[in-house]
Amino acid sequence: MRHIISLLMENESGALSRVSGLFSARGYNIESLTVAPTEDASLSRMTIVTSGSDEVIEQIIKQLNKLIDVVRVLDLNDGKYIERELMLVKVKAGDKHRDEMKRISDIFRGRIIDVSDNTFTIELTGSSSKLDAYLESLDGDAIIETVRTGASGIGRGDRILKV
Amino acid sequence: MKSEIITGAEIVIRSLQEEGTEFVFGYPGGAVLNIYDAIFSQTKFKHVLVRHEQAAVHAADAYARATGKVGVALVTSGPGATNAVTGIATAHMDSVPMVIISGQVPTHAIGQDAFQECDTVGITRPCVKHNFLVKDINKIASTIKKAFYIAATGRPGPVLVDIPKDITAESAEFLYPKEIHMRSYNPVTKGHLGQIKKALDILINAKKPVVYSGGGAVLGNASAPLTKLVNLLNFPITSTLMGLGGFPASDEKFLGMLGMHGTYEANMAMQDCDVLLAVGARFDDRVIGNPDHFLSKPKKIIHIDIDPASISKRVQIDIPIVGDVVSILNDLIEVYEEQKNNHDKNQLEPWLKQIKTWKSKNCLAFEDDKKVIKPQRVIQTLHEVTKGDAFITSDVGQHQMWAAQYYPFDKPRRWINSGGLGTMGVGLPYAMGCQLAFPDAQVACVTGEASIQMCIQELSTCKQFHLPVKIVNLNNRYMGMVRQWQEFFYGNRYAESYMDALPDFVKLAESYGHVGFKIEKPEDIKPVLEEAFSPKLKESLVFLDFITDQTENVFPMVPNGKGLSEMILAEDL
Ligand SMILES: Cc1ncc(C[n+]2csc(CCOP(=O)(O)OP(=O)(O)O)c2C)c(N)n1
Ligand SMILES: [Mg+2]
Repeated sequence: MRHIISLLMENESGALSRVSGLFSARGYNIESLTVAPTEDASLSRMTIVTSGSDEVIEQIIKQLNKLIDVVRVLDLNDGKYIERELMLVKVKAGDKHRDEMKRISDIFRGRIIDVSDNTFTIELTGSSSKLDAYLESLDGDAIIETVRTGASGIGRGDRILKV
Repeated sequence: MKSEIITGAEIVIRSLQEEGTEFVFGYPGGAVLNIYDAIFSQTKFKHVLVRHEQAAVHAADAYARATGKVGVALVTSGPGATNAVTGIATAHMDSVPMVIISGQVPTHAIGQDAFQECDTVGITRPCVKHNFLVKDINKIASTIKKAFYIAATGRPGPVLVDIPKDITAESAEFLYPKEIHMRSYNPVTKGHLGQIKKALDILINAKKPVVYSGGGAVLGNASAPLTKLVNLLNFPITSTLMGLGGFPASDEKFLGMLGMHGTYEANMAMQDCDVLLAVGARFDDRVIGNPDHFLSKPKKIIHIDIDPASISKRVQIDIPIVGDVVSILNDLIEVYEEQKNNHDKNQLEPWLKQIKTWKSKNCLAFEDDKKVIKPQRVIQTLHEVTKGDAFITSDVGQHQMWAAQYYPFDKPRRWINSGGLGTMGVGLPYAMGCQLAFPDAQVACVTGEASIQMCIQELSTCKQFHLPVKIVNLNNRYMGMVRQWQEFFYGNRYAESYMDALPDFVKLAESYGHVGFKIEKPEDIKPVLEEAFSPKLKESLVFLDFITDQTENVFPMVPNGKGLSEMILAEDL
């Protein structure tokens, strides 16, 4: 099953490679991994999207906790959470397709952030599956370029990951 | 406290002294010259100059295994650090507390492909508990403090501190922190009392129980409470290769080692039990064989371990108890004392009888030969001559298994070998670490003609530091363990496992200034061992080259991927 794991770690050089190294050394999947400092610059917050059986996910959480620089780990799937990913897509938008592209992007609440004679660049946020759905709704030939940030996640309401 | 301005190199030395370091095992080079210059004018610890950095780390590792203190090694950048990697990985696999200080090129040169530069922190990351690159002289002391703290607490392990040359030359105030607090690292200590009570309930109701103790029981200094609990419960107990000595082998409750080359009784009991109490052991592939086969007989498993990640890693655990093994065992003893009237020991009788039957198979029996030396006989005689009270180090191969099988250990920290990584070459440097830590003790290195050549250069270190270790070379002219697998599983095709062009070990030992004996006749085993351990040779390193039976194999054997009860026994062949 797909899991979103959130973690806080010391903002030390090499911290990212400890996490990515752990995943490759133990053969765990990484679908995406995002990281940036938090409001407290001594901490980094990371969101890892992974998948595996319950046993594998349990091991991943334990192994992450075992890393000396990791302060807290939370499996967001253990409760309610919100997930968002940002995607930038450059699509063909020549005369013929211009209206159609605008319409689809509106349906998905995308914003057109750059326009040229033949292209639109659209900014879209949402769960990763929403972004997938958007891409699927386009004719494959229409997509010129995509950039995705990978998912970020946060617990709902009182579910808080903080030091 | 008056403030002291000293160099970064002196800060390194002072920090090591603050940690009570007795020995630094090391080898100099450009990036650590400042540190060596500071060593030149200090007397608090002894620097042991090895002949290869791998041996520095192994020797420090053995010092840690034998004493329970943190071992310290010092190497230069680039090749010094890469040579150390095998030693670090070996210590990591067996959870040995160590601090390795490595020199690095100056901070401004990092990333420039400078002379003797390598990404030491990157290379060692997967085989250390943690590592640091110190870029600021003001952080040297606190980083070394952290390194020792991390190495020794929780599940122990090696920690590497990489220090660029320029900051060892700068000067700063020396302030050694008294204690360290890390928000990201707080190892558990006490076990959960609810879990402990649940565990005890299962234990006293068990009809076919077995205790299985591992390296964690030795590393955690849990021998005394483990022995006490097992005696109270009157349960049979087996041990992994790494746990030997954690419970006295001469006690009749001891079933011997389990696993790939475990005893018949230990493996059968493991397979057949209804309740298993695992103490600081990790259910690895060499120990339980095929996990599905292992679980095909239903059993309740209680697992005590300091490392939560060891729980339910290969085998699903019913009652995990995470924490310090001594504290958990003491809690179990306390709860048992309250409940002991509920423990009907008669219910164990059929099981103990069954175990007796298994024991009567006498699976370690071997036949002596009049003409050729049986390796098992050498180890048994070694046990006799040293009165079972030596530090035994070993290399990796058949000789290692025979040492584990035929030298029963009654005390912890006496059996020093590479279980997890299985590193050939550890034997001699391990013996050095033990002998330095215990100068008056008998130290024997059980090795093979292939393994000993992987760190043979340390004979020179032994000469320089007067280390009178006794090397018991079981010379079968084969990489015996490789040959055994080729015989069993590769149709006797002995690809590259024959050790050709062997040196004359006696002359080799003599050329380093030591004593050497070649022993070819079975009747000479005992007199020569007695001579080697006699007062006359107390100060000498003695190289005993035993020419042993080339075709001998290690039994019992659980073939790779098979179940524990699917052993091949000597009598089957
Ligand atoms: C560094 C290293 N390389 C290779 C191996 C694989 N290996 C395991 S046992 C063995 C043979 C050991 O031969 P020897 O030291 O003569 O011991 P014997 O088995 O003959 O007692 C080898 C090559 C290893 N364990 N370590
Ligand atoms: Mg051999």
